[in-house]
Amino acid sequence: MSAKRGNAGVIALLAALGVFVVIEALILIGALNPYWQQIICLAGIMTISGLGLNLIYGYTGQFSLGHAAFYGIGAYTAALLTRSIGGHNPVILLLGLVAGGALAGLIALLIGLPILRLKSDYLGIATLGFGIIVKVLFDNSDKVIPMMGGSRGMSSIPKLTTFLWVFPLAVIAVVVMRNIVFSGIGRALISVREDELAAEAVGIDSTRYKTLGFVIGCVFAGVAGGLYAHLYVFLHPSNFDFLKSIDVLLIVVLGGLGSISGTVVAAVAWTFLLEGLRILLPPAVQDWRWVIYPLLLIIFMLVRPGGIFAGTEFGFLRPRK
Amino acid sequence: MSYFLQQLINGLQLGFVYALIALGYTMVYGIVRLINFAHGDVFMVGAYVGFYALASWKLPWPLAIVVAMVGCAAVGMFIERVAYRPLRSAPRISALITAMGVSLFLEYFTSLRFMFGPDYRAFPRPFAVTSFNIGGVSVSNIQIIVFAVSTLLMVALTLFVNKTKTGLAMRAVSYDHDTARLMGINVDWIISVTFGVGSALAGAGGVLYGIAYPQINPFMGVMPGLKAFVAAVLGGIGVIPGAMLGSLIMGVVETFTSAYISSTLRDAVAFGILILVLLVRPAGILGKPTREKV
Repeated sequence: MSAKRGNAGVIALLAALGVFVVIEALILIGALNPYWQQIICLAGIMTISGLGLNLIYGYTGQFSLGHAAFYGIGAYTAALLTRSIGGHNPVILLLGLVAGGALAGLIALLIGLPILRLKSDYLGIATLGFGIIVKVLFDNSDKVIPMMGGSRGMSSIPKLTTFLWVFPLAVIAVVVMRNIVFSGIGRALISVREDELAAEAVGIDSTRYKTLGFVIGCVFAGVAGGLYAHLYVFLHPSNFDFLKSIDVLLIVVLGGLGSISGTVVAAVAWTFLLEGLRILLPPAVQDWRWVIYPLLLIIFMLVRPGGIFAGTEFGFLRPRK
Repeated sequence: MSYFLQQLINGLQLGFVYALIALGYTMVYGIVRLINFAHGDVFMVGAYVGFYALASWKLPWPLAIVVAMVGCAAVGMFIERVAYRPLRSAPRISALITAMGVSLFLEYFTSLRFMFGPDYRAFPRPFAVTSFNIGGVSVSNIQIIVFAVSTLLMVALTLFVNKTKTGLAMRAVSYDHDTARLMGINVDWIISVTFGVGSALAGAGGVLYGIAYPQINPFMGVMPGLKAFVAAVLGGIGVIPGAMLGSLIMGVVETFTSAYISSTLRDAVAFGILILVLLVRPAGILGKPTREKV
């Protein structure tokens, strides 16, 4: 049995490699135009960001409505770095992603220590408030750092994010997340979600684990933001407003809280659904895209309130027994 | 000094409008523990109903407010029945996501050409604006109307919740659904009434907002809705006087920040205060702290 599960992991990685090779080959022969490449990359970025929020909310149970703030911090940090250094060297992107993730994590630590004492909805509201404050700061950023452009937006960021970067990073994110969730840390995080008092009673330092989960989740958001910045090459504060936080929350909830498989499937499905509606709908009724989308959302929630995966995983993501 | 008082009056004007929205948030949260994100959009619908009542049907403004209140009550009750009631036993987050969906739906559906349309519209002024000078501070008749109508509605709401049988039932349901049901209260109906009353207040708020800040569009409810919700939390969510207090603070803080610091930092200061208050008093200013039972 255990050998079989071990194989499942290897097979899954090989399958991922297969998908990677196929899509990359399609890109190289020109079967996928830049528009579709962008959508595919966006799906990967949403996956990484969603995995981060899933750790914070799905596994640790800490309601965050400010995920886009950390996504934005990562995006602006990475973009500032790559623009300052200049050039189109892909290695700079890696540097930018590390910086973006690190700064997002650092700020998450600083803000998390005080506000993670709040519970459920109150925490949600405090993070929402934080998100709006960060957006306002982005809006006024040009007064301090002219390169950030403030409410005019930040432009001429080198286009460094490609499928070659996004896909492997998304796979790494899944693997890292799986290893966190099924480790001792993951157990501790889940116990904090289930019952903070009981977790404290068995000696789990709930503040420490809540902060840890929050920081790791925000690092994921920061890295995803860095990728985003170098995919669209233009950043605007409105890309990181309250609704963007809701988008990630949607993905996590639609996929099923506390399910890595769910987040991955939902992130991909969500991205393609929004674009798919654009293609499926005739031009005359394009206005209806944003009417149909929330309706689908409502119907989905009414039919399947627990999300697609509702706490289960693909077999290859489960740990060996 | 007179500049200070002037800004205070302006802030209170905004605060009273927030209060009308915040009351609906707080009542709904108090009774079903749901952050009803669609509430700000119900406020927007109220503004548009008021717009049509004034511009197309040529109703006098008090009647326009009443029509908007009735319209919004119907919209609110309908939303509750269709989107939230089926999810009452589901995880709370599902209802929250649904609320977000309803919010987006209302915004984009009303943006369609055959509905309200996506453009900004000028809200008709139902009367000529005059200002009275009281000790160096100018108070417009619009401000007097906003103060008077919101105070009237808040007094009416307080009486309704505290003195009528339905109000008593609402308070009972907010304590405990199951026990309330055992006492013979029709819980579904009471929740429905709560949505109706809250939405009606938002509707009145929408018309007053339109009169005071005469430009409306289908997305006008997003920020006021969010801020009113934050105000409700600031005052202590689920507590009706808390929503009023929190809203007035919110309106005044926002206006003072615009006047004395910078209008672009307005939202940051308002939300910064929220976070600080929550850290000191996690249940809000007038909220009762809940003790965790072991």
